[in-house]
Amino acid sequence: MFSFQQWAAQIHSFLLEKTGTYTLLIECIIIGLLAISLFAILGLVLMLMERKVAAHIQIRMGPNRVGPAGMLQTVADTLKLLMKEGLVPRLADKFLFNLAPFLVMMVAMMLLAPIAFARGVQIWDINIGVLYITAVSSVSVIGVMMAGWSSNNKFAMLGAMRSGAQIVSYELSAGFSILCIVVLSGSLQISDIIASQESGWWLFRGHIPALIAFVIYIIAVTAETNRAPFDLAEAESELTAGFHTEYSGMRFALFFLAEYINIFIVCALGATLFLGGWMPLHIAHWDGFNHLMDWIPSSVWFMGKTFFLIFLIMWFRWTFPRLRVDQLLNLEWKYLLPIGLLNLLLVTWIAIKGWHF
Amino acid sequence: MYAETQIISTSENNPQLSEGQLVINVGPQHPATHGVLHLVITLEGETIVKIEPHLGYIHRSIEKMSESLSYRQFIYVTSRMDYLSAHINNLGCALCVEKGMQIEVPARAQAIRIIMSELTRIASHELWIGAMAMDLGAMTPFFYTFRERETINDIMEQTCGARLTMNYMVPGGVMYDLHPEFVTRVRAFITQFKDKVTELEDLVTNNIIFRNRTEGIGILSKEDAISFGCTGPVARASGVDGDIRKRFPYTGYEQLDFEQCLHQAGDSFARYIVRIREMYQSIRIIEQLIDQIPEGDFQAKTKAVIKLPKGEFYTRVETARGELGVYIISEGGTTPYRIKYRSPGFSNLSALDHMARGSKIGDLMATMGTLDLVIPDIDR
Amino acid sequence: MNKSEILPPNFHEQMTKEEMTSWILGIEPAATTDDTGEWLVVQVPVAQWKNLATQLRKGPPALDFLYCITAVDWKTHLSMVYHLRSSRTDETLVVKVQLDREKPQIETVCDIWRTAEFHEREAFEMFGIIFLNHPDLRKLILPDDFNGYPMRKDFEDPVNMIKL
Repeated sequence: MFSFQQWAAQIHSFLLEKTGTYTLLIECIIIGLLAISLFAILGLVLMLMERKVAAHIQIRMGPNRVGPAGMLQTVADTLKLLMKEGLVPRLADKFLFNLAPFLVMMVAMMLLAPIAFARGVQIWDINIGVLYITAVSSVSVIGVMMAGWSSNNKFAMLGAMRSGAQIVSYELSAGFSILCIVVLSGSLQISDIIASQESGWWLFRGHIPALIAFVIYIIAVTAETNRAPFDLAEAESELTAGFHTEYSGMRFALFFLAEYINIFIVCALGATLFLGGWMPLHIAHWDGFNHLMDWIPSSVWFMGKTFFLIFLIMWFRWTFPRLRVDQLLNLEWKYLLPIGLLNLLLVTWIAIKGWHF
Repeated sequence: MYAETQIISTSENNPQLSEGQLVINVGPQHPATHGVLHLVITLEGETIVKIEPHLGYIHRSIEKMSESLSYRQFIYVTSRMDYLSAHINNLGCALCVEKGMQIEVPARAQAIRIIMSELTRIASHELWIGAMAMDLGAMTPFFYTFRERETINDIMEQTCGARLTMNYMVPGGVMYDLHPEFVTRVRAFITQFKDKVTELEDLVTNNIIFRNRTEGIGILSKEDAISFGCTGPVARASGVDGDIRKRFPYTGYEQLDFEQCLHQAGDSFARYIVRIREMYQSIRIIEQLIDQIPEGDFQAKTKAVIKLPKGEFYTRVETARGELGVYIISEGGTTPYRIKYRSPGFSNLSALDHMARGSKIGDLMATMGTLDLVIPDIDR
Repeated sequence: MNKSEILPPNFHEQMTKEEMTSWILGIEPAATTDDTGEWLVVQVPVAQWKNLATQLRKGPPALDFLYCITAVDWKTHLSMVYHLRSSRTDETLVVKVQLDREKPQIETVCDIWRTAEFHEREAFEMFGIIFLNHPDLRKLILPDDFNGYPMRKDFEDPVNMIKL
């Protein structure tokens, strides 16, 4: 079986031999390139997955002409977006207009750092991993507002305000759900949280409060990433075309890509916290079963869980109609937030008493 | 799913508006099959102050055109008026001519006419559900309902020769006899249709998000519905019982057993429920007839050139949208002197301003969607 | 008809044609009636139209459903045809008003039946009939800069109209 740690150690020692003091720099460059290529590949895969999932839910086939079973469709789409004219409105604030998509992309890339893709594959295992993720993801609101403001378009501004309000509200609920798991596992560090799930995933071990936290988390991240049924401020709204109205060409492609990467990241976080990350399905004291589960590589476990959650979120989009903006905010402030708070109390009490598995 | 939006004027550059008001355009190009409807909406913040429909983008002067078409020709222009109830429109015109000529339609033709009308009604309501759900953000029912519509269109194509503008009704009966496979196919359709409507109801009707977006939205009281001249499901959802098939039965409806679907609430959800129930009733009508289509002629013998006697004739039929009235004033020639089509959408649209005033922009789609407007019907 | 409905104080069982004729002639002696066709047809002069309309709506017939407004060009004069119906009893009445061709003017009935707002706008743009006291009389279907009244019989358009 492969061991990423071995590979990383070998490459590290190789670089130390050859270059000495520049090792860290070269390693950063390598990691940067890997992150960008992961981005690109994920973007391609997720866009195609969305279209195929949508098609099968709507009893049709989806893209099946470009490449075998339509797999090169996203490549064609990216080429198309690259070649489109990128218009900047005349009175738009040029600096902010150009900066906004990059800001959103930067946030998405920075969030890749603490996520553990497999056993030993983690770019930066910071000791406040979960806090880092929630803090950095809040910065994306600035990018959204910037996009709306700099477009010099009243409706883009309105859409951006609505979107901003929505993201900020639902961050709270997501935060409370994340806190539940932090309480159960006792640490903010991602690798500690995953290690604590060795005898079973928190979704099963934390029974009722973990289940409630999971449901609230899924609803909250669907709203945070502006996905249906909470996508009133996005392109699918009735009147305004959202904060990225005035964007075309490559800048729009960046927004689009950043949205899919955001979905991947929040699903990866959900998989890490609730479903164990790269930890295989273990049931306490069933050693034979656990040993069997260990045969499946950890990266397969991680990707499987993440893509399952992504599929769930895509399923929502094509099933439910849209919520109106006041119903959306109602849901958060009057229902999800109080339930989240009570759930946090409950989980703290359970953790103190030791009533989880 | 963009709607063309453009701010026409704000209170800064238009002295007629008060502080904080702005005027925006919605349309004329719409997604989701409303047709070319151009609404000029005066907004105050998020609240609608006034809605002005600008019509005429698809005005084809059908009434003036029909003054130079013969009595056999003018019927088929009406297929293009409300293209979702093409059979029923043609039926109204044919009935008017038959009234003037005192032609007796054979029983087989009457049964065929009823079955075709009800199939058209189901197809129209199916499209409407798909389009309305899509307006509200649920993309999937659109595909499901179009699958049912395809089945109906295929059945129509086999018998009538066309899928959308089936020029099938003639004064005196129908143009061709039924295809031999018609009865089998319709029976197969009925069997699988009830499951599909139940599936659709699970997907849409019982969905709490959908209910929250349509209940209590766009209320039209009974007095207002009558005053605005609303007919069809819009009026029935407000409690006005004016189903033409029951009140003024034509072409054999008096012998059939079906219910009028009434609701008292008058909001968008009521209009939705009324149409779903109407689909069930249409299936009931078809079931009663499909096994007992009488044998006989499918067309009464008429002269080749029809000349209506001098006088005025008014017939009304119940299309999927409401009461279509065909009013022919004849001076005894081979072409009508004046034809007036009382289209249901025209009066239903005039109630939109009243219904949507004071509500938010987000509710406009729910209100407009449930009115089921087909703009070529309004513009003629 | 819902028999269990509470009936308003001026509710009248369906009037026969004779009863309707005598009632109308009682209100408007200048009207002429004609009951040879399917429905009772009443001709009123222009000046008495509004009064009769108000009485038809508020009075015993309670014809609250105006379902068709038609304007007809008879080459020597224009006429307006109003089809009225009661939503409770289904009795129908047709009212015709003859208008002068040079200066066609008639009182609006928007305040009685709100459906007339759109229908009268259409009659205005197609035939040129002015509806006095209409809240918003302007073109509805035709473009704003259109000249002429298309539905009149003497409307000529050499480009668009083809003589068959």
